[in-house]
Amino acid sequence: MSIDASLWQPSAKIRNLRLRAEVLKQVRDFFAECNVLEVQTPVLGRAGSTDAYLSSMQSRCSGGGLSEPLDLYLQTSPEFHMKRLLAAGSGAIWQLATSFRNGEVSERHNPEFAMLEWYQPGYDLNDLMAEVQALISEVLEVDRFSCQSYRSLFRQHLEVDPFTSELSQLQRLSHDKTGITAEELDRDACCDLLMSSCIEPLLGRDEITFVIDYPASQAALAKVKTDDEGDQVAARFECYYRGIELANGYHELTDAAEQAQRFAEDNRQRKVLGLPEVTVDQYLVAALDSGIPECAGVALGFDRLLMLKAGADRLSDVISFSIDRA
Amino acid sequence: MANYSTNEFKSGLKVMLEGDPCSILENEYVKPGKGQAFNRVKLRNLNTGRVWERTFKSGESLEGADVMEYDMEYLYTDGEFWYFMATDGSFDQHPADEKAVGETVKWLKEQEKYTVTLFNGAPISVTPPNFIVLEVTETDPGLKGDTAQGGSKPATLVTGAVVRVPLFVNIGDNLKIDTRTGDYVSRA
Repeated sequence: MSIDASLWQPSAKIRNLRLRAEVLKQVRDFFAECNVLEVQTPVLGRAGSTDAYLSSMQSRCSGGGLSEPLDLYLQTSPEFHMKRLLAAGSGAIWQLATSFRNGEVSERHNPEFAMLEWYQPGYDLNDLMAEVQALISEVLEVDRFSCQSYRSLFRQHLEVDPFTSELSQLQRLSHDKTGITAEELDRDACCDLLMSSCIEPLLGRDEITFVIDYPASQAALAKVKTDDEGDQVAARFECYYRGIELANGYHELTDAAEQAQRFAEDNRQRKVLGLPEVTVDQYLVAALDSGIPECAGVALGFDRLLMLKAGADRLSDVISFSIDRA
Repeated sequence: MANYSTNEFKSGLKVMLEGDPCSILENEYVKPGKGQAFNRVKLRNLNTGRVWERTFKSGESLEGADVMEYDMEYLYTDGEFWYFMATDGSFDQHPADEKAVGETVKWLKEQEKYTVTLFNGAPISVTPPNFIVLEVTETDPGLKGDTAQGGSKPATLVTGAVVRVPLFVNIGDNLKIDTRTGDYVSRA
């Protein structure tokens, strides 16, 4: 295959790489002041993310000192290893972790990216949102914040209820708003689509917006609770600025049996969708079983934070070499 | 035709949508951190020229459209069809109807080369070259000495197109025209 030699150049201006270094220092100082320990965990693991909508890249380690080849997943986030540290008594921890998500390429996605992830034992979601707010306001110099529930956003912008409206109504709305063939979309798919096409672009215009109380079906690794209207919601938040999804936080699931059940459920869903099953992290289940402190954790897209800081339009403007040049 | 999955979508790919051949203009991947991915796609309907915006689930596929672009020479019109001849050595002739020729009718000149888009073997659109040289058949008399600046006037070209030209232009002059804007470029 021929290559375009002019692509030897970095995709980011050196000025933005300097900014990147400054922000990283800011982040490091922030966590040092909060007494959060910086850690490094492996990028490769025997188990991968079972989430049906995440695709892990894989790698094989073989030869040398190995009697048998080892098939390893590249992490989609450092969550599993970090939770094992928490279970081992690490206390509050953070890291900037290179993470990989197969196929995710767009102006706001690079398949290899930097995830800023941290965990705070003893925190609930409100404590953690306050900390996210403190970090973001320091870096982006914004001091206006708001918080809205997933349900209220749908009511306000689309006049439907993601929990109680008829599926047919959500399908019709999905079709009208985006032109998608909606008959086969389930409730989650309709909500994902309406959220990303109609609501997200309006979020955090000139303030940081937290979205809370996601449907329980979108809980991933968060605890589930009952909201004021009697519906099951995930103890999870997302954070948006200028229409860009910046961070995703959980009041973390600590129940080993339920964790094992969710892994199995994910793999069942994968089978239905015709996707390969993913090796479940038995080490994580064992760690939860041994006892992990109640905690809240969040993953923040460091490249996206940089993009907003630099006023850039594309992630590639703040990554030294985006995937097309790597 | 083959089917194309959303991850094969790229600008210029020709696909069938709701019975019409379309050319993909833009393909944007939309993926929340948690949840399903979609592709937001802009397509030009090659039958109507209209731009459509549609969203697809990532991984969904569309049937490819049998759409090919050829260089062809314009021959003549019989009033109902405009006839083009392939320049690939086959000398195949293709009649294009009024809808396929569209606005390009005002830039049609015999023996000039055009890009003819065939859908299932029949012309659906004709694109003129970016620049074309055409003779002036009608305009007010030229003003001698006025070669640099000042006003413009309408001139009718041999194809019937009317363009704004500088005052010095005369009947019988050959003019280079930008067909994308309909602007006069220079005398040829």
